[in-house]
Amino acid sequence: MGPTPNPSSLEASLRDVVGADQVLTRPEELFVYEVDGLTHHSARPRAVVLPATTEEVARVVKVCRRHEVPFVPRGAGTGLSGGALALGRGVIIECARMNSILQIEPEDRYAVVQPGVVNTDLSKAVLHHGLFYAPDPSSQLVCTLGGNVAENSGGPHTLKYGTTTDHVLALELVLPDGSVVRLGSPSGWPAGYDLVGAVVGSEGTLGVVTEATVRLSPIPERTETLLGIFPDVVSACRAVGAIIRSGLVPAAMEIVDRRTIEAVEASVYAAGLPTDAGAVLIMELDGAAVAVGAQAERTRALSLAEGARDVQVARDEQERQRFWRARKGAFGAMGRLAPDLYVNDAVVPRRKLPEILEAVCAIGDRLGLRLSNVFHAGDGNLHPNISFDRRDADELARVLQAGEEILRLCVEAGGVISGEHGIGTEKREYMGLLFSDDDLEAMKKLRAAFDPTLACNPGKLFPTTRICFEANPKARGYDQVPFE
Amino acid sequence: MTEVSGLEALHPGTLDCVHCGMCLTSCPTYQVTGRETSSPRGRVYLLRGVAEGEIPLAETLAEEAYLCLGCRACETACPSGVAFGSLLEQARSVVDRAGLRRGWAKRIEQFALRTVVPRPRVLHGLLGAVSVAQRLGLDRLVLPWLPRRWREMHGLLPRIPAASERRRLPEVTPAIGEQRGRVAFFEGCIMPEVFGAMNRATVRVLASQGFEVVVPAAQRCCGALQAHAGELELATELARANVIAFGQAGAQGDAPENAPGTASATAPATGFDAIVVNSAGCGAALRELDHWIGDEGAPLAGQVRDVCEFLDQVGMRGTPRPLSKRVAYDDPCHLIHAQGVADAPRRLLEAIPELELVAHQDPAGCCGAAGIYNLTHPEMSAAILAKKLDALEAARPAIIATGNPGCLMQLQAGAQSRGMNVRLAHPIELLAETL
Repeated sequence: MGPTPNPSSLEASLRDVVGADQVLTRPEELFVYEVDGLTHHSARPRAVVLPATTEEVARVVKVCRRHEVPFVPRGAGTGLSGGALALGRGVIIECARMNSILQIEPEDRYAVVQPGVVNTDLSKAVLHHGLFYAPDPSSQLVCTLGGNVAENSGGPHTLKYGTTTDHVLALELVLPDGSVVRLGSPSGWPAGYDLVGAVVGSEGTLGVVTEATVRLSPIPERTETLLGIFPDVVSACRAVGAIIRSGLVPAAMEIVDRRTIEAVEASVYAAGLPTDAGAVLIMELDGAAVAVGAQAERTRALSLAEGARDVQVARDEQERQRFWRARKGAFGAMGRLAPDLYVNDAVVPRRKLPEILEAVCAIGDRLGLRLSNVFHAGDGNLHPNISFDRRDADELARVLQAGEEILRLCVEAGGVISGEHGIGTEKREYMGLLFSDDDLEAMKKLRAAFDPTLACNPGKLFPTTRICFEANPKARGYDQVPFE
Repeated sequence: MTEVSGLEALHPGTLDCVHCGMCLTSCPTYQVTGRETSSPRGRVYLLRGVAEGEIPLAETLAEEAYLCLGCRACETACPSGVAFGSLLEQARSVVDRAGLRRGWAKRIEQFALRTVVPRPRVLHGLLGAVSVAQRLGLDRLVLPWLPRRWREMHGLLPRIPAASERRRLPEVTPAIGEQRGRVAFFEGCIMPEVFGAMNRATVRVLASQGFEVVVPAAQRCCGALQAHAGELELATELARANVIAFGQAGAQGDAPENAPGTASATAPATGFDAIVVNSAGCGAALRELDHWIGDEGAPLAGQVRDVCEFLDQVGMRGTPRPLSKRVAYDDPCHLIHAQGVADAPRRLLEAIPELELVAHQDPAGCCGAAGIYNLTHPEMSAAILAKKLDALEAARPAIIATGNPGCLMQLQAGAQSRGMNVRLAHPIELLAETL
């Protein structure tokens, strides 16, 4: 079927490690792996390999090293910054088959998982212990914990619970030379440099995570979810500020604007959100039963004082889930407007949300783009969503321009260029907005300590000198970018 | 690349996918393989790539078009509204026309779908022969000499009832008690042959609830299996025949009386209050007739109701007799994902006194039956079935209820091979038993 087997070829060596079935090399198969959740960047891998154990991963890495081929770990491919693209004709190490929960310790409140375990599957598995895994990216029904570790994923509940880095206690990592190391311990980082902290959010540039020990949190005794209906996004932003100023610590505060409401309500994730509202604010309070009721009442009063037309309280768990499904299905629902969606991910100081939101919308309008907002308002983490068609070169150019203008705007306002999606290929050229050459040089030194040959997920995170994708509607040519 | 007809037509449907990936874990084949190529998102990307000429129409698409079970769980998960079922039918048609599908699976399928299933007499005769062979034990006698595949297929074959059980339903069954309306019943092609008792139970329950039940004699196979196999022309022919059959039968009767609790207050398009179907696969196909034959199919399509959905809508009269059993309900893919019916059967079962409806971990996942998938892809089908049986076994039901003949056969064979002491039943049978 395939080309004549050459026993010394990369492909043959990979087959020796994981078996012929678990190595994909047909052009059509590689085509499917050319993108992740960010569709306007693409790079075709040389091969895709699906290992089942840490040992197999280590051997795969050694094979790649021997053949001087770069490699990149991949989970569900839901990342939004191009983190799972195999640049330089690299090998994708697909971790989806490594999906076992290895250990659950309810008393010590941690679990040990393989990287391919789906985020919500862990929460489901520990539910009967009264525990859950707190970081909840919107793609949590499908995204993997390995990917969450690589990108330091957040989610709506980051406001109270923190991002992935606050929940990872220990890691097993296959280093780019094929050796296996264990970092951290279930009891936390013992002493010295926090290497677990360095690996979380490193976007797969320091090695391949093959096991993670993660913190489990007790399910709050009571949860109240409120839906504030506002005449416009700006008043919803002001309500967020007022609630935080009052000293309350909501578990989540999410804003969904009118254009997003319309798309969601037309989808299977419809939650009965009012399509005539300018914005809705989903607010969640959780904690001890005695406290939550009063807090919800205060939240409600503050929202009304800032101009909410109405504040609904989820009557039961079903309604609560419906509100959240609408929020979390929003990204996909935007697919109803156009074939592609670009989700910008920048953070600004909360107090500046109202003015930044107005400026962001103005950028979209000026460039004639379909821009909507659904975002983690409590953290000041914006997600301007731009619907577009990547086959339209002019529209794509305007999308990229809007993305850059929004990032500059946010940085000028004292913000940062990524809240939770990572830098990947998408924002590597903008690292200079935040970091000096010296800063970047220091980061490169850290990286080189793990990966001296720069074979592990090359082309991500750090700026390159060449930008050769903007002229190309499908951004082909990524694979030609040298990885150092 | 040579111009392949059909690709252009399916291309717009692929643009609905925004590549978010929310479908991945809903997909039974992705769950087993962990491969993007075997996921709904990957398959749509593959189709788009072929349609846009980025990659050749080759074996990967041919394999994936048939490795997909067509369960449509991805449609339930898709926020962007990708019509995956329709894309799949078109993709299979493209693959077949390009001559990419060969081998025994294709030949068996063509024989079954073109020659046997749509022809009641051939099907009746063939299954009659099987029934006699089963009764005399002839099948077991020759079994050891048959090739492995044939032996596996034999394991899936249900016991074919005797000819007396396989008689057609009466063309009109009067309502019992005060009449609430008039419905047509779609009996299916395989249902009357293998699950005649289930069809009779359906008619009995409908009549008991005050509905006159008409079974138009000219009705044909729904065409679902043919359409799923890419045989769109044959499916279209069957669809047209059914539009005529139900239209004529509806016109013959008196206009239905709008007694309280009837299904529709406005004048029904076909002359019936509803066209009731008890097989989820057929129901899903009939509901989407307009996809195959356009507006011509819309009146019929718009009136199709699953039997549980219909009974739940009109409301059951009287209280059922108690049934003191633990029952696990399992959603047929083509009921929950293709027709959006999930609560109605559960509500009907819960209304039976003393019946304990138990939840299980995997109610909405595919069982691996998917038409004749269990014959064409036995290994994948077995892996998918194993997950389903694990979930069902853990719930320890005395009865597993599900509303689709393919699922019933698959789960029956699976439960038997595990030695599970459990009865398989259509929810309507349990309703009939508690009348």
